[in-house]
Amino acid sequence: MLAGLAALAACGAPGGTVAAGKPSFEGRGPITYVAGKDATGSVQPVLDRWNKLHPTEKVTFIQLPTDPDAQRQQMIQNAQTKSDAYTVLSLDAVWTSEFAAHRWIDRLPQDRFPLARMLGPIVETGKYRGGLYAVPASSDGGMLYYRSDLLKRAGIERPPATWAEMTADCAKVRKLPEAKGMSCYVGQFQKYEGLTVNFAEAVNSAGGVITDPVGAPHVDTPQAKRGLDFLVHSFRSGIIPKDALTYQEEDGRRVFQAGKVIFERQWPYMYALAAKKDGSSKVAGRFAVAPLPGLKGPGASSLGGHNLALSASAGNKATAIDFMKFFSSEQLQRFTLAHAPAAPTYKALYRDPTLVKKYPYLPTLKKSILHAVPRPRVYQYGDVTAAIQREAYAAMTGSKNSEQALKDLQKALQLPAAE
Amino acid sequence: MVTTHNPPAPRMATAPPGLSRPRRRRPRATAGSGRLAALLISPTLLVLTVVVLYPTIVALKDSLFGTAGIDPKTGFVRDTDPFVGAENYTAIFGDAGARFWNAFWNTTFLTFTTVALETVIGVAMALIMHRAFQGRALVRASILVPWAIPTAVSGLLWRWIFNSDGIANALTGRHVLWTTEGFHAKAAVIIADVWKTAPFIGLLVLAGLQVINKEVYEAARMDGAGPLRQFWNITLPLVKPALLVAVLFRTLDALRMFDLPYILIGAQKTSVETLSMLAQDQAANVRFGPAAAYAVILFLYVFLIALAFVRLLGANVVGDDEAGPKRGRWLPRRRTEVAA
Repeated sequence: MLAGLAALAACGAPGGTVAAGKPSFEGRGPITYVAGKDATGSVQPVLDRWNKLHPTEKVTFIQLPTDPDAQRQQMIQNAQTKSDAYTVLSLDAVWTSEFAAHRWIDRLPQDRFPLARMLGPIVETGKYRGGLYAVPASSDGGMLYYRSDLLKRAGIERPPATWAEMTADCAKVRKLPEAKGMSCYVGQFQKYEGLTVNFAEAVNSAGGVITDPVGAPHVDTPQAKRGLDFLVHSFRSGIIPKDALTYQEEDGRRVFQAGKVIFERQWPYMYALAAKKDGSSKVAGRFAVAPLPGLKGPGASSLGGHNLALSASAGNKATAIDFMKFFSSEQLQRFTLAHAPAAPTYKALYRDPTLVKKYPYLPTLKKSILHAVPRPRVYQYGDVTAAIQREAYAAMTGSKNSEQALKDLQKALQLPAAE
Repeated sequence: MVTTHNPPAPRMATAPPGLSRPRRRRPRATAGSGRLAALLISPTLLVLTVVVLYPTIVALKDSLFGTAGIDPKTGFVRDTDPFVGAENYTAIFGDAGARFWNAFWNTTFLTFTTVALETVIGVAMALIMHRAFQGRALVRASILVPWAIPTAVSGLLWRWIFNSDGIANALTGRHVLWTTEGFHAKAAVIIADVWKTAPFIGLLVLAGLQVINKEVYEAARMDGAGPLRQFWNITLPLVKPALLVAVLFRTLDALRMFDLPYILIGAQKTSVETLSMLAQDQAANVRFGPAAAYAVILFLYVFLIALAFVRLLGANVVGDDEAGPKRGRWLPRRRTEVAA
């Protein structure tokens, strides 16, 4: 324990130059790890391993509901009552700014974590105004799933890299008798967080941005309009079926696995499910993944994933930092990846031959994440995503033209930033 | 109540309403019994203070505060919420009030349509359940199934039904995207809500039907009244107290509607956003001032409607015997009370 304190003291010195009055990470003892319900059951074994090595600094797992909104709410309640019940929080990547701006989480010493070995865009999701507030533990990026069998039969050699290519490929495939009645492209266009993801990807893939690093909006631009117009025109021309207005992830997965759609924008989790050979998927062995298409070349994905943050009102912060380091380590991600498909944060894992053999999507996902742009990093993310959903939805359903929608969005996004 | 010093007035069930209102004087309570009474009800008062009065006062106080802004230099949100007085309330009359009024009209529209439909269907259900026929127990049980299902679960069930390739579209042969914005979203919520809560009205009305004396119907039949006439002139007036209470409870419930539209259609949907959803959304975005203000407005709205029910329609919620002269015509009720 003394050695641990000494090591901490040694590490504390360079970190101290970052900012004055920054929290000192002191105290050792039992802590808690707070995350949403663990569906795979892989968290507790990991904690057991830590607890065996650190009998006086045990970590207890506090499971929150599956619903992300409920998780966020409970974490906020814990912060507002300044309770020390929660120590290490598993934050959704888009919550970082809000939690950091409210000082519900501590600024972390960057030099204590191997950030250089992680993919750059992922590390960005843990930052607020240049400071590190959360350490990436898992990521997620969008990919284009496509029916490799049909593309091949239509004489198309490689998956589309641009929207125009995708539209043309779709027309060719739809001429095949076996592709009769199939839809071209679906994503997540129901009015919820998924729409923000898909809208952001369209805008970023056309060279636009939603907000700059300081949080100021820039959506009233020709680039952003071209991105939104891709969605609007695709809905109007039937490239995207009208039904997709009601699709969340699982709805899209259902139609893709039923063989009713040629291209789908989806997260990595679908790969293992669509490849199942037990009859639940009609497309097993007949699909592949590619980076998302864009306007003039490969598009830009949004980023999902979870980051580890340290509750500002918690105790035993020295233990917490050590645990965060352990819990975000490369060995651990390799271990989790062996149990369930995921998107790791370390570059090396995307090249690992055994992992790539098990999860053929990894190289594609890496490309997708390297092009990725985090969703707006603003402290009032809830308002920003609501405004995006409102305006993008209005444009896609045709109740507003895309120019007006983007003008209104620009105005709506300026309000929270102006405060 | 029963002990009066006057010789008991002949409170016959048939006495004309309003004429016989016996003056009652209660025996003067002694100081000791008064203290005992206070002592006995004090736990109740204490609980009410903690769970009702205190939160209400805190909500009122919270509604007078705004939202802390961000300090552009540090990038941190300021520590304290600024005091803004009634600004959260006056804001609903400004430019930003559009969302509030949309939620207000949605709440009102959904409440009135669902309660009206539920009343009609609920009464019909009660009449069916009241009939003596074979398999009555089964019918009663099956009518009550929707009521037994938690709203959140029924929201999920109906989301499947209203899916773009769900049963609703398959049966009607149309292709409606129910969960998108538009009137169909409101219709979906109304259908699901009526399905779920019509049995509630049915159950309460059934209880009302069961206390109606059969002799009344026999007499009516003798006089040659048809089934429709019997329904309008006997069943409906006699079941009115139970029906009014059921409708009042449903109205108050529907005004606070949250989970069904939230799960079935989704948050952030302008077409079905109710006042509760608006307040929740504000609170979830850490704007407790406006959230509290909306909650207080909803509270007042609910309160006014409840008051209107009690005053105008004479809903007898607490079963108070001295509630008013109008109550006299509810004969069976009085009779049972006198008998008790």
